Parts: sequence; structure tokens; C-alpha cells
Amino acid sequence: MNEQTIAEDKLELHPIDKWLRSERMPHIWCPGCGIGPTLYAWIRALDRVGIPKEKVVYVSGIGCCGRGSGYLDVDGFHTTHGRAIPFAIGLKLVKPELCVNVISGDGDLFSIGGNHFIHACRRNVDLLVICTNNFIYGMTGGQLAPTTPLGDRSTTSPYGNIEPSFNTPHLADASGAVYVARWTSIHVRRLEKSIAEAMEMKGFRYIEVLSPCPVSYGRRNKLPEPDDIAEWFRQSSIIRNGANTSEVQIEKEKPLILGNFVKRVGKPTFYELMKKLEEKVRGR
Amino acid sequence: MQASSKVLPSQRVKVSRGEIHVIKERCKQCNLCIDFCPTQVLRESDEANEKGYHVPELVEEPEKGNTCVACGFCQVICPEYAIWIEARRDE
Repeated sequence: MNEQTIAEDKLELHPIDKWLRSERMPHIWCPGCGIGPTLYAWIRALDRVGIPKEKVVYVSGIGCCGRGSGYLDVDGFHTTHGRAIPFAIGLKLVKPELCVNVISGDGDLFSIGGNHFIHACRRNVDLLVICTNNFIYGMTGGQLAPTTPLGDRSTTSPYGNIEPSFNTPHLADASGAVYVARWTSIHVRRLEKSIAEAMEMKGFRYIEVLSPCPVSYGRRNKLPEPDDIAEWFRQSSIIRNGANTSEVQIEKEKPLILGNFVKRVGKPTFYELMKKLEEKVRGR
Repeated sequence: MQASSKVLPSQRVKVSRGEIHVIKERCKQCNLCIDFCPTQVLRESDEANEKGYHVPELVEEPEKGNTCVACGFCQVICPEYAIWIEARRDE
């Protein structure tokens, strides 16, 4: 292929394609999946803040979201199940100049990786964690997840879920995260602004993105078409910035409360405390 | 949209116009772009891609005021990165 045809091909590319490994498209995510808009919002936030590609790291765990690190043309690592945050902590402590992001699913971050999540919040490690919460284990076939709302059906709860679900913004807030927000993958513009705001802060920042999973979740919960869950999000969501995170539990009959809930300033990060200790010990 | 095109003097206020590009092999027919288009100018076409999904097409009705205004919402909501908007500069 000569240079001219390459240039012509590039004219017919999506604006995101400079961040994508286009040869791997189309991706494997199902029609109507919320991971695509979430990743695009994250990329637009990177553009908005002006972070160069070389400084961006995307760490993902296991699940549908884990594929994202292979599709994007940024440095990334596809970790084992639940261990995205530990890997990212190590990376951030060794190379503090990088912008380290963990984008993973609810099963990865709150089921097997739950302990890592709360301890990273407690230590206030300088990370941006985005959780695409689709209420179910999507990739493994629709089993019950710790975020499945009460009463919903899945392959392992065919008569309805009897386990109350995690209220993940409250969990992050109570554990000490400095920035906590929740949006859906339909509220793409607000999500982009929220991610950009979080990127400019220091400390453990957590954004939950409610994301449609029409194939594994919707099909068993009377929302079978790709746009049914999107319509549910659009009609029942209420934006309440600064809401008390203990009141934002997701329940099927109640409205979904979205917004930027928590913003703490002045809390020292783990790296700063580590450097301070190092100076103190070495200077003695 | 219909009201605004009548009320605003068209010589002074220019409504932006967009051009739609679709990468056909990426589309999976989730219809989010069609459902969420604020001016309702997208429609499922008869043309199918190699996997059998019907890609969206642009149907503008300028006399009714239904035109693409280049808001770019289909671009940001598309899970497949298949559709994008280019704002027209001329006119």
C-alpha cells in the first residue's frame, strides 16, 4: 500500500481511531453494551485534560471490560481476576508520573477484588477507578453478581435474587475515596466531564458507570432489546449532585440517583506519605 | 426543533449542519443512535452489512425542520465506534 492510499484510508476513520487498535475492530462486545460509550467518554476526557498517550496506562481485570486494554492503543495490562488494583498500585508507586486508570467490571472490582478495592480506598492510592456496573457476571454467562439488585433473575437465581446488593458509591465513600460519582453509559457528556474532573485530582477516585447488558442481564429481566435498559436509565434516573451516598442504593422500583457525590480535598495520598517517611528516615 | 427553525431569523442565526459517516462492518444494529437522535433523522436502512445487521441511514426533511444539526450524540453513544459526524463548514 503506497502512502497516498494510506492517507485516503485515514480520512474514513472514526475520531476515536487514533486511540484504538483499529485492526481488531469490530470488538466482541454485544450490541448495546455500555463499555463502548464508557471507554469513549474516558478517551474524550483524556483529550480534554490533555494527557499525552505515552503517560496513560489502562489496567483491566477479568470480564468483558478486560478486553478493553487489548483494543486501545495505550499502555495496558490485562490482569488476573480481581487483581487490577494491586497491579495498578505497584505501577503508580514505581512510576508516579503516569496517569494510571483501572477500568473494570463490577464482578472483578467488588466480588473477587473487593478487598483490594476497600484497602486502596483506605490507603488513598493515586488511582482513577472506573467500574462499569452491568448488575451481572456478563462474560461467564449471566450469574448472580454482588451488584445484582434484589429480586432480579440470573442463571444462578432463576426465582429472583434474595441477596441485597452492594451500594458501591457508599462503600467507596465510607472507605475513604476522595472522589465518588455515579453516571450511566447513556449520560455520556456528564460522564466525560466527571472523568475529566477526577483526572485533575489526586488520590483514590471512583466513578461507577451503570452499563446496559442486554444479553446476559436484560434477557432474563424483561428488558431484552439493546435499547430497553438504555430507556430504563433515561426514564428513571435523577441527577442529585452531592447526595448522601448512603441513600443511593440501586433498587428496581426506585429511581436511580446519579451525580458527583463526594469530593474531598487535602487528604494526603499514599505516595506523599511514603516520600515523607523516606525523607524522615534517611535524614535522621 | 421545528419551532426554533420558524422563530429564529434564518439569515442571522445559522443552525449547524452535519454529515454522517458510518463504518458499516462495525455496526451491530443496537439502534441506540436511532432512538437517541434528538432530531429523529436516523432510520434503519434496508442495506445489511456482511453479518446481516441493518446499518442506520440519514433521512432529512428540511421543509419540516428535521435536519442533522451535528450535535454528535450518535457518535458518543455508539458502542461500536461505527458512526461519526462531521460538521459542514460551507453554506
